[in-house]
Amino acid sequence: MIETRELTKLFKDVRAVDGINLTVARGELVALLGPNGAGKSTTLRMLTTLIPPTSGSAQVAGFDVVRQQRDVRLRIGYIGQGNGAGHSQRGRDELISQGRAYGMTVRAARTRAAELIDSLGLSDVADRTVSTLSGGQRRRLDIAMGLIHAPELLFLDEPSTGLDPQNRANLQEHIVRLRAEHGTTIVLTTHYLDEADSMAERVIVIDHGRVIADDSPQQLKAKHVGDRVILGFAGSEEAARAAAAIGAQHEGGFIRLTAEDGPREAPKILASLPITPTSIEVTRPTLDDVFLTLTGRSLREDSSTPAAELVEA
Amino acid sequence: MTSLVTDTRVVFSRELRPVIRDPFSVIFSMIQPLFFLGLFAPLLPGDNSLQWFVPGIIVMSCLFGSSMTGSNLLFEMQTGSHERMLVTPLRRPALLIGRALKEIVPMIAQAALIVAVCIPFGFELHLPGALLGLLILAAFCIGLGALSYTLALAAKNKEWLFWTVQQTLIFPLLLLAGVLLPLDNGPGWLRALSHINPMTYVVNAERALFNGDVLTRSTLEGVIAATVVAVLGLLIGVRAMQRSD
Repeated sequence: MIETRELTKLFKDVRAVDGINLTVARGELVALLGPNGAGKSTTLRMLTTLIPPTSGSAQVAGFDVVRQQRDVRLRIGYIGQGNGAGHSQRGRDELISQGRAYGMTVRAARTRAAELIDSLGLSDVADRTVSTLSGGQRRRLDIAMGLIHAPELLFLDEPSTGLDPQNRANLQEHIVRLRAEHGTTIVLTTHYLDEADSMAERVIVIDHGRVIADDSPQQLKAKHVGDRVILGFAGSEEAARAAAAIGAQHEGGFIRLTAEDGPREAPKILASLPITPTSIEVTRPTLDDVFLTLTGRSLREDSSTPAAELVEA
Repeated sequence: MTSLVTDTRVVFSRELRPVIRDPFSVIFSMIQPLFFLGLFAPLLPGDNSLQWFVPGIIVMSCLFGSSMTGSNLLFEMQTGSHERMLVTPLRRPALLIGRALKEIVPMIAQAALIVAVCIPFGFELHLPGALLGLLILAAFCIGLGALSYTLALAAKNKEWLFWTVQQTLIFPLLLLAGVLLPLDNGPGWLRALSHINPMTYVVNAERALFNGDVLTRSTLEGVIAATVVAVLGLLIGVRAMQRSD
């Protein structure tokens, strides 16, 4: 569905996207994860024909994003960071215009608009001016706009930024359902770790315009971080004795171990100890831990430089 | 399959919809022309000064409305709907031409309103001439609208830039076209500037046409000036739209 070769975008001297090779198969749900300014949106903007690459190439839905823009545009849906529906327009009108833009007849566009208004729960607000809608309602309208022509490939740029937790959950549900019902290939960018974790079966971690990891969330965590088993003891002495028995190090009254599959290994570790610990804790890593291991920085503290942010905007 | 014409129609009708839903928006951009009509026209000497003044005010209203229209695009560039439309298969030229063509509708509504307001005060309407006058104005406001959209595309997220340039340009255009006062007795340099202002020819043509003088040199000059503005505006505008991201 998507195939890029050394895709690169320079803004003046900044390498916003630095030679990305990407293959996305039909039906995948892929999240591009990275801090602000990492190059996620720039990548997405190239894949959706909004900006031409400086070098390298990309095939999207079977067509070249530079030489066959119209063919690409006909086949993809795009939900950007802003509101797709014009603020002075009415939601239903915008949906119908959007359908017409894809070559649908007025009748077909109207039917499809009604369908989407219904399935996205917009019936009460579809005939109101867009500027009077709440953030969550507008976002759902944006989704409807992106789906009007039932695209085989859908791009979403930071779909849940600015939404409250309830609306975010609601949106994620729609995206997951869309995929389940229609087999739509979905590529989204996000800097929400839990979003990438819970929705995508494939996470592509991008930093400084490069792909630094590409796998399922489970594999990423297992490969790069692993689970952590923390054993607590009555005192430093007990901890030292236990550590010696299993060939580990102790820190005060604690022993910290990493394991590929913590929950399964914890009982075995327990069994091999000469003394019973007072506490046991198994923690599974988050994607943030993955990012931290890969880059030495956390995604949570926004570590992007101002210059990089400018590029992303 | 769509064509440039159907794409343009989609953009045109989308742009027109808010205007039809909220006709008051047409009046908003003509507040200033209406002030000039109500508070300036009475100062003009002569019995049938309206006959001279009103066609100029109609052009002024067209200038104000069409030059402001880029702000709608500017707003859509900020909210994201312009970006959304750029990703659709709509042809880029249609995104500009459809918008520019829409300018004709508020222009006609404004002209009709101004004429209707002035008839009770003794303004005489010569319909055939006036209709030809509107055709010239249609071309003129398509060009102006296209240039206003170009300015919006160039200003990108710098809204102040759009308004600074727009405000800086409209008043010299207006004054040098002799809309408020005749320039016949002005100094030579002023008249020279007036001669290179395309709006001068449009205003002169409207004055002749609204007074029923159809086959005049002014009409021909007006047609040429308006056509030049329309063609140039569309060429520049389409180029700007094709480069828009």
